[in-house]
Amino acid sequence: MSGRGRIVFSTTIMAVEFDGGVVIGADSRTTTGAYIANRVTDKLTFIHDHIFCCRSGSAADTQAIADVVNYQLSFHSIELDEPPLVQTAANLFKELCYRYREDLTAGIIVAGWDKRKGGQVYTVPMGGMIVRQSFSIGGSGSTYIYGYVDSSYKPGMTKEECLEFTANAISLAMERDGSSGGVIRLAAITEAGVERKVILGSELPRFTVS
Amino acid sequence: MDDLLESDWTTEEVSTGTTIIAAVFDGGVVIGSDSRVSAGQAVVNRVLNKVCRLHDKIYCSISGSAADAQAVVDIVDYQMELHGIQMGQPPLVQAAATIVKDICYKYKEELVAHLLVAGWDHKYGGQVYGTLGGMMIKQQFALGGSGSTYIYGFADSAFKPGMTKEECLKFTKCALALAMNRDGSSGGVIYLVTITSKGAEETVITAKDIPSFYED
Repeated sequence: MSGRGRIVFSTTIMAVEFDGGVVIGADSRTTTGAYIANRVTDKLTFIHDHIFCCRSGSAADTQAIADVVNYQLSFHSIELDEPPLVQTAANLFKELCYRYREDLTAGIIVAGWDKRKGGQVYTVPMGGMIVRQSFSIGGSGSTYIYGYVDSSYKPGMTKEECLEFTANAISLAMERDGSSGGVIRLAAITEAGVERKVILGSELPRFTVS
Repeated sequence: MDDLLESDWTTEEVSTGTTIIAAVFDGGVVIGSDSRVSAGQAVVNRVLNKVCRLHDKIYCSISGSAADAQAVVDIVDYQMELHGIQMGQPPLVQAAATIVKDICYKYKEELVAHLLVAGWDHKYGGQVYGTLGGMMIKQQFALGGSGSTYIYGFADSAFKPGMTKEECLKFTKCALALAMNRDGSSGGVIYLVTITSKGAEETVITAKDIPSFYED
């Protein structure tokens, strides 16, 4: 998915729902062809107080989309005079991604907490569909961890278990995908707010490999 | 988009887009595969056994073009039989892997086939060799085929060196089931072969016995 001169997030992104919020995570590598343009990228982007998105695909496209949605949502929230719903944010992403599907290269996972439905994860992959999932993975590195997340996910995990699950999954993907790497950025979003964490290269979960 | 009168399967090459796996345990190896053969979008065989015998205690599993893979297996099967008779003792797994590797490397431009070779011999015990692209690499476990990309993470996290036979069977069974769930070109039933000093034991796992995992 990388092209000469085009800055791309060939990446691994992930989001998991738990009772009371969501955990989101991403690697930190941005590439231009074979050169790593940024090895400490933050792919977890603020959309609203309790809503974040994980970006994969073209860095420019996803930044532009996130900016537009950020603006639209803050306006909507002021009009409504209450915090916006995660489903609203996700649908705003979907509207843009579907309308401009021919021109965009963007795979986005929207996750957050609201009073109505609690923690929610919505995935808006390339093409512009939207679907809510208990957990979602995306980016080029995600293909390597489908088996791991399918086998390890259990409904009803706690926040700490979700953080461990996400960190393990992204670490496994980073080990196998040349386009993912760097550090793991994690965030937990609950009613109380957003708690961010960084796992450095030296602290990455390790697995015995042959 | 496509000509309505012409189906995929009459024009597409037959491929074992597949998932294959082999893993070493304490005392032998387990080698396994799914059973789907596709020609484009059509499944032309849903019960093909992709784990092929090269010798009593040496098996290989195939992926890629079905025709290419079968051709290679035929040649190696013949040469292994000859080699075993000439040596007067069961051949080494390394010998089989080397013959496979030599063919795959010499004809690497023409062939589209990847074979995993695994078995047990009296000198080195259980061994697994990958021969992708014409190299030969000894590994503790090896994956291959289109479905393998989805289970690298699982295999990295779940594999432990020095497992028991039961643990290894569970590992390979789960890995294949997970890949079959996600890869459109893999499916059907699971074929497993367990090879130890006592010989090779073939098993088939169908439908209800295939492990299932969380479905959203």
